[in-house]
Amino acid sequence: MRRKIAPYLLILPGGLWLVIFLVVPLVFMASVSTQEGDVVNGFVQTFRLANFADALLQYKTQFLRSAGYGLAGTLLTIALAYPVAYWIAFKGGARKSTYLLLVLLPFFVSFVLRTVSWKFLLADDGILLQPLKDIGLVPADFHVLQTTVAVVGGLTYNYLPFMILPIYVALERVDPRVVEASYDLYSTWRDSFTKIVLPLSLPGVFAGVLMTFVPMTSDYVNASILGGPANTMIGNIIQTEYLVNNDYPAGAALSFTLMAAMLIGIFVYAKALGTENVLEAAAR
Amino acid sequence: MSGPLSPALPPQAVADEVTPSVGPLRRRRVRWGDRLLFGYTWVVLLWLFAPIAVMIAFGFNDTKSKSNVSWQGFTFKWWGRLGDYPDLTTAVTNSLSIALLATLVTTVLGTLMGIALGRYRFRGQAATNLVMFAAISSPELVMGASLLSLFISLGVQTGYMTIVLAHVLFSVSFVAVTVRARVVGLDGSIEEAARDLGASTWITFWRVTFPMILPGVVSGALLAFALSIDDFVITQFTSGATITFPLWIYGAVRIGVPPQVNILGTLIFAVGVAIAVVNTVTSRRRT
Repeated sequence: MRRKIAPYLLILPGGLWLVIFLVVPLVFMASVSTQEGDVVNGFVQTFRLANFADALLQYKTQFLRSAGYGLAGTLLTIALAYPVAYWIAFKGGARKSTYLLLVLLPFFVSFVLRTVSWKFLLADDGILLQPLKDIGLVPADFHVLQTTVAVVGGLTYNYLPFMILPIYVALERVDPRVVEASYDLYSTWRDSFTKIVLPLSLPGVFAGVLMTFVPMTSDYVNASILGGPANTMIGNIIQTEYLVNNDYPAGAALSFTLMAAMLIGIFVYAKALGTENVLEAAAR
Repeated sequence: MSGPLSPALPPQAVADEVTPSVGPLRRRRVRWGDRLLFGYTWVVLLWLFAPIAVMIAFGFNDTKSKSNVSWQGFTFKWWGRLGDYPDLTTAVTNSLSIALLATLVTTVLGTLMGIALGRYRFRGQAATNLVMFAAISSPELVMGASLLSLFISLGVQTGYMTIVLAHVLFSVSFVAVTVRARVVGLDGSIEEAARDLGASTWITFWRVTFPMILPGVVSGALLAFALSIDDFVITQFTSGATITFPLWIYGAVRIGVPPQVNILGTLIFAVGVAIAVVNTVTSRRRT
């Protein structure tokens, strides 16, 4: 009897915490999303589903922009991360853990502060652009901040380690003997890469995509610090509705739509790649 | 150092270079490919380090204006004036005490969960794993927005305690996963031996099991602390009038971030790196 109860007693405190503060709030957010009213007179539940239509129509651009930035950022992180992960896994030798620590270095600086540092670096009169302007390489009104390049660059920077690590883990598991065997059988580098190494590393890429696309798409810190009015993402809108305008129903409807869109996206992604692949990747 | 969108080479170019042809040329071309890959890796690593270097350097900048972006000479003076902004000091102490409190609660809850998940098979295990996965993978924005919806609906005043509550929420699963990994890897025969020698369940746990899972608990706690002290998005939604270090920086961006922030960031960075290095070295010695 005691053995049967034990796991439940151990799970209970943490499990309750997760249910009460993760699952229950979603129900409340769903409820808020169909309410009407304002912060002065209070909000009343009217089951107004039109909140969703209003929010979607009004902020269609920001939704699409977020998806576009998320996609561009994810593709860029793959392009940057794969060769690095490959090099550390196959050529890192005894220094592997040192290289991994270097990859993780940015995490020892607060996310906001890292982004602010990029703002320092890219500032119109900052240490990168001012010298270039002084010697006349770029025009005096040239700027990087407040552009798409700055925002997507910031997103790519902030989430790059999340792509390097899972790809590295997958590559690390590739048995070098298999690759050697392919060379012994007169395979070229290209053939053994595309037919052996790449397929074996794909679960790592899938995991990396999950770990970067979702947070990138819902990010608002990069757009707010590095971007301008033309770079507003859906996260900025939700943050403003909740914390500045106190229009909670609009904010809730937008967050719900964002969450639903992401869940559908992940589902389609999982279907397209085979559920086992994604689940296996996610389980790590 | 390069900007965010200027990698050394597109990866396709690298792949082409490393492609060897069969025959005498093969070895030399592979070496060339290795060298390119090595260079590419270092360019990316330097890019990762660029803003950190800027952060450290500008803590020593003798800036005269509010915006600390152009280099105006080296100085130590800001180190003596760390306390110039009382609300910044409050924000940092808030961040530290919230992180300590959240880590304490998270470590206890997460360790219990990790033991249950690693040791027992029980009904609801799959559901627990699913909820934990959801907690790890759901966007911070949605977590923050839904928590704020809950607090608004129930009339709960957001502030210090709601931040702690939220931090426990997003880090408890990480601790549980870390501890579970350790528990699964345990050699059960050692505990059996303790019991055979007459130790009670309680004694066996504290004298045998716990010391063996302790490394997992410690790394879980460190992770929880790091997640808490760094968090911005969920904190912003649940903070009310309370300010933490990341929130203060975010608020200061428009008016100009003072060098004190760079110094505090540098100190946190140094402590974090030191702990990570010690942790890697000791765990290497242990194995």
